[in-house]
Amino acid sequence: MAGSRILVGALLAALALPACGSSGGAGGGPRTTPTPAPSATATPGPTPAPPSTKAGPAAMRRLTAPQYRATIADVLGEDAVAPGRFEPDQRVSGLLAVGSADVSVSPSGLEQYDAMAREVARRALDPDHRDAVVSCSPQSTVDDACASAFLRATARRLLRRPVADDEVSAWTAIAREAASDLGDFHAGLEVALSALLVSPEFLFRIDETEIDPERGGERFTSLSMAHRLSYLLWNSTPDEELLAAGERGELVDPAGLASQVDRLLESDRLDTSVRQLFADAWGFDAIEQGLVRKDPEIFPAFSQEAIRDAEEQTLRVVVDQLLARDGDYRELFTTRRSFMTRPLGILYRVPVRSPEGWEEWLFADDDRRVGVLTHASLLALRSHPGRSSPTLRGKFVREAFLCQDVPPPPGNVDFSMFADDANQKKTTARERLEAHVSNPACAGCHALMDPIGLALENFDGIGVERDTENGAAIDASGALDGDAYADAPGLGAALARHPQLGPCFVETAFRYSVGRNPVAGERDWLEWAQERFADSGFRLRPLLRTIVTSDAFRRASGPREASTATTANAHPDDADAVGAEGSR
Amino acid sequence: MRRSRLDRRTVLRGLLGGAAVSIGLPLLEIFLDDHGTALADGGALPVRFGTWFWGCGMNPDRWTPERVGAGYDLPVELAPLAGLSDRVSVLSGFGVTLDGRPNLPHWTGVMATLTGSVPRRDGDVDAPTLDTIVSKAIGSATRFRSIEMSATGIPGQSYSREGTSLVNSAAVSPLELYARIFGPGFADPGDASFQPDPRTLLRRSALSAVREDANRLAARLGSHDRRRLDQYLTSLRQLEQQIEVSLRPPDLAACRKPEAPAGEDVGSDLERATATHRLLADVAIAAMLCDQARVFNMVFSWGTSELRRQGTDTAHHQLTHDEVVDKELGYQPRATEYSQASVAEWAWFVRRLAETPEGAGSLLDHCLVLGHSESSFAKSHSVAGLPVMLAGTAGGRVRSGLHVRGDGEPVTRVGLTVQQALGVAAESFGTGSMRTDRPLADILA
Repeated sequence: MAGSRILVGALLAALALPACGSSGGAGGGPRTTPTPAPSATATPGPTPAPPSTKAGPAAMRRLTAPQYRATIADVLGEDAVAPGRFEPDQRVSGLLAVGSADVSVSPSGLEQYDAMAREVARRALDPDHRDAVVSCSPQSTVDDACASAFLRATARRLLRRPVADDEVSAWTAIAREAASDLGDFHAGLEVALSALLVSPEFLFRIDETEIDPERGGERFTSLSMAHRLSYLLWNSTPDEELLAAGERGELVDPAGLASQVDRLLESDRLDTSVRQLFADAWGFDAIEQGLVRKDPEIFPAFSQEAIRDAEEQTLRVVVDQLLARDGDYRELFTTRRSFMTRPLGILYRVPVRSPEGWEEWLFADDDRRVGVLTHASLLALRSHPGRSSPTLRGKFVREAFLCQDVPPPPGNVDFSMFADDANQKKTTARERLEAHVSNPACAGCHALMDPIGLALENFDGIGVERDTENGAAIDASGALDGDAYADAPGLGAALARHPQLGPCFVETAFRYSVGRNPVAGERDWLEWAQERFADSGFRLRPLLRTIVTSDAFRRASGPREASTATTANAHPDDADAVGAEGSR
Repeated sequence: MRRSRLDRRTVLRGLLGGAAVSIGLPLLEIFLDDHGTALADGGALPVRFGTWFWGCGMNPDRWTPERVGAGYDLPVELAPLAGLSDRVSVLSGFGVTLDGRPNLPHWTGVMATLTGSVPRRDGDVDAPTLDTIVSKAIGSATRFRSIEMSATGIPGQSYSREGTSLVNSAAVSPLELYARIFGPGFADPGDASFQPDPRTLLRRSALSAVREDANRLAARLGSHDRRRLDQYLTSLRQLEQQIEVSLRPPDLAACRKPEAPAGEDVGSDLERATATHRLLADVAIAAMLCDQARVFNMVFSWGTSELRRQGTDTAHHQLTHDEVVDKELGYQPRATEYSQASVAEWAWFVRRLAETPEGAGSLLDHCLVLGHSESSFAKSHSVAGLPVMLAGTAGGRVRSGLHVRGDGEPVTRVGLTVQQALGVAAESFGTGSMRTDRPLADILA
């Protein structure tokens, strides 16, 4: 695992104590000590200039499913977007964005891309839509001029670069052969377009580097910067203006870059990409793919419609807080502002006036619903089909919000230790989890996870509020790294105060932006960016600007060399929690 | 039927008369020899390989037969195999040597069996899995390199992997799997008016242009990306192969385009998983009869088995850890219910293959199916004495119906046996202490 994430308790493990030991006590708990850079500069304070940075390697990234769809919509129109499954994206170190630089295309994956490509091409060029995407009118069944004009323009947008004449000729020849065989100009284009859509240069974004003539070392080319920016900030292919700026070489120049970055950050389209960042970091892809399933007998209130609305609710709160209000990231964990729909009203047991669509919602001051931790989306996702899971919820908070990796359980745990007290009647999760605490092999790690999750036990496996479990009152009190709380709102407040919350978000946003974990040469910069984030009042737009104008984003050590990548682990409690880490 | 009135000589004359005629003719039963097992030109019916996986193992004391060799006994947890024990070999006592690496719960056992290597970290896949190795030997001529299926509804739950970051994801919907195999790309041998779609030929040449682009791209990439592009190119070859194959109908006599699965309801509870498993299995069986694929992988439940009875809040895997070993019974009754249900479903699958006629016998006669789990006693994540079974005789290449004791030998001996039986030129399998060059002599015919 690249050295970005500190294994909680790794030090104790090295001392031959059980992994996790009994750490996690007072004082901010275990946390990342930045790895010193080989040529470490002086410890940077909140200085205006960033410390020197040696950026990590470049690798091509496979379009994620949402990026694929957005790109098709931008280039070929909304109506060309076809339904259907893609090969699953893979989550590595907690992010699909990092996995996108590892994955390839399997045979069945390419088959799906191919079927999708044919359907997209058919829709884009059907009689109702062809005039919107083909700017010329064919003079006959075979019209090379018109075909090549279409293919040149479309390939430029799909491949995110100008295409050479010989490439255009090759695609045109395919269209010509097909048009004459099928006796239909547009059918010819369809064959060429569907092939273009399975080209590796479309399915993968190729980040190319060049020697930086002024500073030496490798930097991303201006063209590569165009799609690095657009897929990060708009989650789609560059628009004409950005692509043209990339082609003119303006994006390697700080002033040219700044002006495009300003434009992208001010656009409404930033919403899409912020949603994507959070959907990725919080595992919402499982909801989008319909993989969050609950037992209908135990949870009759659950439906796919409700869980999709729950995801949307959370993303609306994120966008409202971070973009519309330009607010403090930490307030995501303490805000009472939310949004509701009728299906959500069932989960939240609140009356929703509008029969359709969304309405703003403000939870009362004495309500337990405070902050995103109490949202049905995150609660249902980190639960089992038949019950809640304090362990999964606690693990998620540690990993996603504090950037702490909880190690997998040891393989040789003697579970027979649990036997003696297991016949006792156990009514609440807290009682059931006592076994973890009483077994030293489990206690260390579970002490990091379970108390956090137990604070959320007033919400069941689909996020419906409850006061009791099996008739017994729920005790939601606990402490987060020494910061005591009485209930879920208290946990949200403790998390918002946690010194690691802001820095972790910077690290996550950075990893999302570059599609890899930070390298040693970026540690000083990262720490500097974390301070800048705090200085800015934990606001997202300035953070994104800091990232995309940094050397860590603009430069590279060179192409990534082959090595084995890690994927996430499965914990005994991960059995059916697809949201936690997919399924490897 | 028209088929029965044709005589062999007439058809052969027709075949010789022109290449154009020979393309579309289905393989007729009259080409089979007297035993119905081989083609008239001496070619045998295709041999297939599959894996069938269930999570969270078994109880060794209740699972392991006492008698070795043929005519072995069926202890209570193998009872569902009653009537099939001459078609299934039980391989007990084969396990994993860790070489100082951690025993990664629910991962080490399955990866050691399928890749021969003990992974260092959870999720790592250090070598290609057995099915991908075998598919290179027997699966390259079919429309699909292999068919991956998961009965509990999560596409990522597939153990078919080329490496850590290349997962051959699983079909979870029987209807989608049916559409993929028997949809428009399927050349129906029952359709006398079959003509290849002219677009199919055009796609073929369009894809060769894609290949040229990909080759040009390779020159611009670093080693990490080149490796990924190579995998893409392998997939592209498979896609071209699919197009090639779809130009003519399948030529196996037993091939019939099946009806689409009637309804589906995907979920991880035992009722839904069982129903989904059976629908997926029937699509896969029809696909093999039509030679659309010769390799398949079925995951009945994941290593951390999420099987559950509807209305109960605790799943199989959780039970293996939480549930007490009943002192009188000597096992965990609720967890065991699920592992037994899994073995029962494995028996259903084997029986289904055995009852599917092909040639003079059954589809099972032309299959080798590895039934396995990732642990033996799941409560302690034990990878000693993994439950492993082999069903079918692979067209006479293996002996079946034996109980073979491993006595602690590495489970890679099974993987090597499978490879050699299926014509993979492998002299050894596995790494470190798991490496072996000794296949199971009793099994290889």
